[in-house]
Amino acid sequence: METAPQFFRHGPGLLARLVFFALLSLLLMVIDTRFKYLPEIRQTIAVAIYPLQRLAHVPAAIYDQVSGLFVNRNPIDEIAHLRQQHLADQGQLQRLLALEAENAQLRNLLEAGQRAESKTTLAEILYIPHDPFSRKVILDKGSQNGIQPGQVVVDGAGVVGQITRVYPWLSEVTLITDKDHSVPVQLVRSGLRSMVSGTGEDGTLELRYLAANADIQHGDLLVTSGIDGIYPPGLPVALVSKIESNAAYAFARITCTPAAGVNRNRQVLILSPLPPIPERPVESVETKPEDKKRGKIGIR
Amino acid sequence: MAFVNSSQQEVLSHVRSRFIVLSLTAALLLNLLPLQGLALLLRPDFVALVVLYWSINQPQRVGMSVAFTMGLLMDVGDASIFGQHALAYSVMAFIALLLHRRLRIFSLYKQAPQVGLLLLSAQLIILLTGLLAGANLPGWDFFLASASGMLLWPLLPALVKMPQRRKPDPDAL
Repeated sequence: METAPQFFRHGPGLLARLVFFALLSLLLMVIDTRFKYLPEIRQTIAVAIYPLQRLAHVPAAIYDQVSGLFVNRNPIDEIAHLRQQHLADQGQLQRLLALEAENAQLRNLLEAGQRAESKTTLAEILYIPHDPFSRKVILDKGSQNGIQPGQVVVDGAGVVGQITRVYPWLSEVTLITDKDHSVPVQLVRSGLRSMVSGTGEDGTLELRYLAANADIQHGDLLVTSGIDGIYPPGLPVALVSKIESNAAYAFARITCTPAAGVNRNRQVLILSPLPPIPERPVESVETKPEDKKRGKIGIR
Repeated sequence: MAFVNSSQQEVLSHVRSRFIVLSLTAALLLNLLPLQGLALLLRPDFVALVVLYWSINQPQRVGMSVAFTMGLLMDVGDASIFGQHALAYSVMAFIALLLHRRLRIFSLYKQAPQVGLLLLSAQLIILLTGLLAGANLPGWDFFLASASGMLLWPLLPALVKMPQRRKPDPDAL
């Protein structure tokens, strides 16, 4: 048997191999979805295919640069427009600075906690994975640039999503339209707090479990409420686009469109993580201090 | 005659292992291209196509283990569940290995519909595992990738063999 030529050596049969690989991949899937236990293997593979991901981005980058050369035919107009924009922005910025100072003072007077300022990192969308089951994009900044899972990603118009997985030089962003993603929001007009959830479809979000008589109107702006400790307060998230209330159901069906345009721009901003919220006070501490003492004495 | 054939096969196959790696890398690169909208929907799964091509034409070299490995790479690249593409590609390669003798009888154009069915089987497995993991049912356009892969199949051998044909020339000179 040992001297059998290569031609006759086949190894295990086809079916046995299929069963082996099928079981192995099923095991991997169960571990990945239920226990989230495979980051190291994923990291290794991600490093291995990183050069390919970069290389695949080269044509798009070249196209961007070349099209940029041809589009900006009127640099003088462009500069004039940008100057105007700059002036307008600066006026607003001065007001903002004054307001910020005033706000800090008032907060000091009230002895309220200061609002955290967030730093941002500019990142570029490398590509959109072809996965019909989730809404994700891949960014070109990773743990080597100080990115951590849980950071919030925004663009010029509003919240884009949240970083859910980080590789050394890349990171995955789960968009707010993903089916498993929710953002705590607040209506600007009425101050109503709720959660907006993705539907898994591009460009639609849902406000679930709002009573049919809730104070909500077509065109209302939803901003992050900031009570979750992840999203900084006041970032635009979505606009209410459709309200269907049916007397047969207790809840209204409210559809929103995201404020940010993920499909429109290539660059996004990654906000630095917020300082951790103080821990929830334990209820039993104040009510039963004596019980604890007694317990300790008893043990001694 | 048989002896000459086998020696030729040996030389070719020695060259080929590099081309197999090259073609699989190129396919992975094509799958990672930053496409959007309709182009992304229509883009065939190049990795699945190349794995199928090699497992039909070189079943001794490319089989389920290569398919499984490429599946894992695609899982990371596509940010999907780890093992989803691996399972789909392994099953697809299994069917291809079972049928490779029969498939090779047909011309490329007659192979195309059958390859389309193989690609569809891989997509169905991805769909099933996705649904089991709790995803929504995607639209019918999810299956466009199989159709475009089927249309690409008759052109694939020419594309895969392109570097192979050019290579011997500088050696001869």
